[in-house]
Amino acid sequence: MSNTDTTQPVLELRSVSKTYTVKQGMFGKPKPLKAINDVSISLKRGEVLGLVGESGCGKSTLAKILLGLEEPTKGEVRVDGEVIGATDRRTLARRIQPIFQDPYSSLNPRKSIEDIISLPLRVHSIGDSNTQDKAVREILDIVGLPQRVMRTYPSQMSGGQRQRVAIARALIMKPEIVICDEPTSALDVSVQSQILNLLNDLRAEFNLTYLFISHDLAVVEHLATRVAVMYLGRIVEESSVGGLFDTSGHPYTQALLKSVLTPEAGKGVPDTELGMEYPNPIAPPSGCHFHPRCPMAMTHCATVPPRPVPTPEGHVECHLFDTENGHDTGTPLMREGV
Amino acid sequence: MSDATTNMTSDPMLEAIVGPTPGQMLRKRIFGHQGLMIGVVVLGILVLVAIFAPLLAPHDPYAQSLMARMKPPVFLGGTWEHPLGTDHLGRDYLSRLIYGARVSLMIGVVAATISGVIGTAMGVAAGYFGGKVDAVVTYLINVRLAMPVVLVALAVVAILGGSLQVVIVVLGLLLWDRFAVVMRASTLQVRGREYVAAAKAVGCSTPRILMSEIMPNIANNLIVVMTLEMAHAILLEAALSFLGLGVQPPTPSWGLMVSEGKNMMLFEPWMVLIPGAVLFVLVLAINLMGDGLRDVTAPENRS
Amino acid sequence: MNSPLLRVKDLTIDIPVGGGTLNAVRGIDFDLNRGETLCIVGESGSGKSLTSLALMGLLGGRIKRTASQMEFDGIDLTKANSKTMRALRGDRMAMIFQEPMTSLNPAFTIGNQLMEALLLHRNVGKEAARARAIELLEKVGITAAESRLSQYPHQLSGGLRQRVMIAMALMCEPELIIADEPTTALDVTIQAQILRLLVDLGREMNMAMILITHDLGVVARVADKVAVMYAGELVETGSADQVFNAPMHPYTRGLLRCIPQPGKTERGARLGTIPGIVPNLVGGVTGCPFRTRCDHAVAACRNAIPHRKPAENHRFRCVHETGHQTAETVV
Repeated sequence: MSNTDTTQPVLELRSVSKTYTVKQGMFGKPKPLKAINDVSISLKRGEVLGLVGESGCGKSTLAKILLGLEEPTKGEVRVDGEVIGATDRRTLARRIQPIFQDPYSSLNPRKSIEDIISLPLRVHSIGDSNTQDKAVREILDIVGLPQRVMRTYPSQMSGGQRQRVAIARALIMKPEIVICDEPTSALDVSVQSQILNLLNDLRAEFNLTYLFISHDLAVVEHLATRVAVMYLGRIVEESSVGGLFDTSGHPYTQALLKSVLTPEAGKGVPDTELGMEYPNPIAPPSGCHFHPRCPMAMTHCATVPPRPVPTPEGHVECHLFDTENGHDTGTPLMREGV
Repeated sequence: MSDATTNMTSDPMLEAIVGPTPGQMLRKRIFGHQGLMIGVVVLGILVLVAIFAPLLAPHDPYAQSLMARMKPPVFLGGTWEHPLGTDHLGRDYLSRLIYGARVSLMIGVVAATISGVIGTAMGVAAGYFGGKVDAVVTYLINVRLAMPVVLVALAVVAILGGSLQVVIVVLGLLLWDRFAVVMRASTLQVRGREYVAAAKAVGCSTPRILMSEIMPNIANNLIVVMTLEMAHAILLEAALSFLGLGVQPPTPSWGLMVSEGKNMMLFEPWMVLIPGAVLFVLVLAINLMGDGLRDVTAPENRS
Repeated sequence: MNSPLLRVKDLTIDIPVGGGTLNAVRGIDFDLNRGETLCIVGESGSGKSLTSLALMGLLGGRIKRTASQMEFDGIDLTKANSKTMRALRGDRMAMIFQEPMTSLNPAFTIGNQLMEALLLHRNVGKEAARARAIELLEKVGITAAESRLSQYPHQLSGGLRQRVMIAMALMCEPELIIADEPTTALDVTIQAQILRLLVDLGREMNMAMILITHDLGVVARVADKVAVMYAGELVETGSADQVFNAPMHPYTRGLLRCIPQPGKTERGARLGTIPGIVPNLVGGVTGCPFRTRCDHAVAACRNAIPHRKPAENHRFRCVHETGHQTAETVV
């Protein structure tokens, strides 16, 4: 990683927020739902940022913003230092491409594999049909598919093969950044490892930058160089993969790590000590959003939102680490029952 | 780690391409579906008859012969000169029936196409864009559903005068509601698929997404509704012609033939039964085809 | 432990398909005692879900099930008619499915659905059933249990719905619970909670449990016994310790190499893979079904495969006496 440290970030999010208005019931008052709340991320070329969090934490919304499928309510997204506005989706498309979770829904069943993979080239009028054909053959080779699949249809392929097609489509325009949204969670174990290996090889070969969204922390630990933990629209901790998995700070990160079920016989199921359910994002808890589930919550956690505290390799948002705010950190808060 | 497990590119190469192409599977399902085959064959015969009407018809369908009025068909003791007899003006019934197929099929196809274009445009727009567009389209659908088709058609034809063109246009402008409802629902379903998001992320324009990502995946529903509306239009034309407000004499139309025969119904029931029967067969064939198409295209959608 | 609660011998499931017969499950054996948890682990298409449905007598009419022995607490399930099975299901055997939203009826309240099984199988009044429902909702960790009874499934979150499913399965204090991927659709944090709950309740009520999953982590943490299923056959069975710490069958070892293991696998290193795909099970299947993907396949793999027993309760099927373990440098 040392060789990339000097370059400017390839992808940068500056205070990005996305607020939806949600109507509850027919006559309910519309309420704001802060899907993403003031998030800043900076990614250098060749890095893999693992984004983890429970469903509803905003990771998919973040992916949509990066792909230009949603506009941020506030803040800006920069690619190579350039601000990406809402208008130039086509420029963004050449730099950022997605790989989706479900290879059964991400390929149009009515189109041949050749049509699916060459679509980006045709949309952006890159080359004539001859060079496009050549490019498709090349990329098939790169993702490890035989050329004879060109004239087949998605329904004729296995899940792993389909995911390779999706990867081929994402890479054919040579993007700099690939957003991988749970790319292996719909695949069988033996196929998952093939796809993870492929993603790793491609990153090394093309110096790609990944945003890797996953709920599987073991996979994130394996593939990522940096990890960001999201909770209710905020990134509560961000660090290098070593910094996070070896010496994690935030109680939520610790709970997530505890919940990973490694295949070790006899260890039993861990107690995450998280207690109650994930809160409703329309009515997030006051103060630190995590305090009702936090085993280490203190009195002022319920009232004062925590600030981002810099750590050696990133930041963490937790009062436990904020030594300068003058609060008494010694009073534990009584937790609500389960 | 052993060699075989590290060679990443080799394994998917070894994987067989499983199963036949979607086209092959569709063909297999089509030929295995009895109802669909019966519908297609019957409809095909009727279409051929309509196309080759001048070659097939034994007489001029307009030629009157007052000497040969009300001749019975062969099976009721008539002669082979007029296999299905003659009507009250002495015109050959078989020839009028054959030319009538042209009118019925033309009305069915053209009216269903007009309403198909209108309804699909509205339904797809509503389903894809949602929001205000959807609200407006839903409102229009509700307005249209509140109008009784036959009554409105009768009124319009009564004002503009009945002719083949007027009937086609009126029916075309009235029968789009089912297209709009079905296309809206199917678009809503397809819109959320990840391949649509992928196309957006690639930078596809909205018309391109609609035409190449959405349309091919809802076309099967469109075809099914199309057949149903064809049958609907054919029946409505027959009804309007029967009431004297559709196709005008002397144009040979099955509805008109029933209408002209109804005065004689008690004495010569075949004059009503023959055009009624072919109308029934045509509509049945179209509906069999529609049902069959729904059956053979549905499993692909589910997978 | 004289006689096990559930004994299955030579269970075979055949599904007639267009071009012949799909031999989906072929001759599997296992025993299960009260209070024990058996995990059946396998990839999609291995027949693990069919096996669970076969035990519950829930296979479709076209699917043919044969077994030389299938006994639940002395009741011969191979001869049981639908009336006997109905009496067993929901009373002494219960099932938990992967997607609670589709297995709960959206038109009825949680309370109605919870009480239904009890009212059906036991001679109890509505009040007693209601009390039991509240008791169980509290037991599965649902707060304000009484008010939840009048709620509908869509008003609950995924984790809560799965808890309701578990409470429903427990209403009649079944002796056997079959859970088919009960936590696959849930977040990792909720998954851990639900699994803990299942394990604790199983222990407390001395229930036998069959857990069907593809997640090796879940298996390792929950199972007393593990059965690794591949293409319709049990390729390896044993205690969790035996299967995870001394895996014998090449498929088991291959699976364990495929998943990144925090602390064991080097970050970013190449993961093991199992090349190829599951064989087509239509028509006769002979020999070892894994031979097309196995590194150690030899000509003898086409013939009948011997059952091997390296230790008490540990069995696997392979032509190689040690599953050819020594041929691999990394295990």
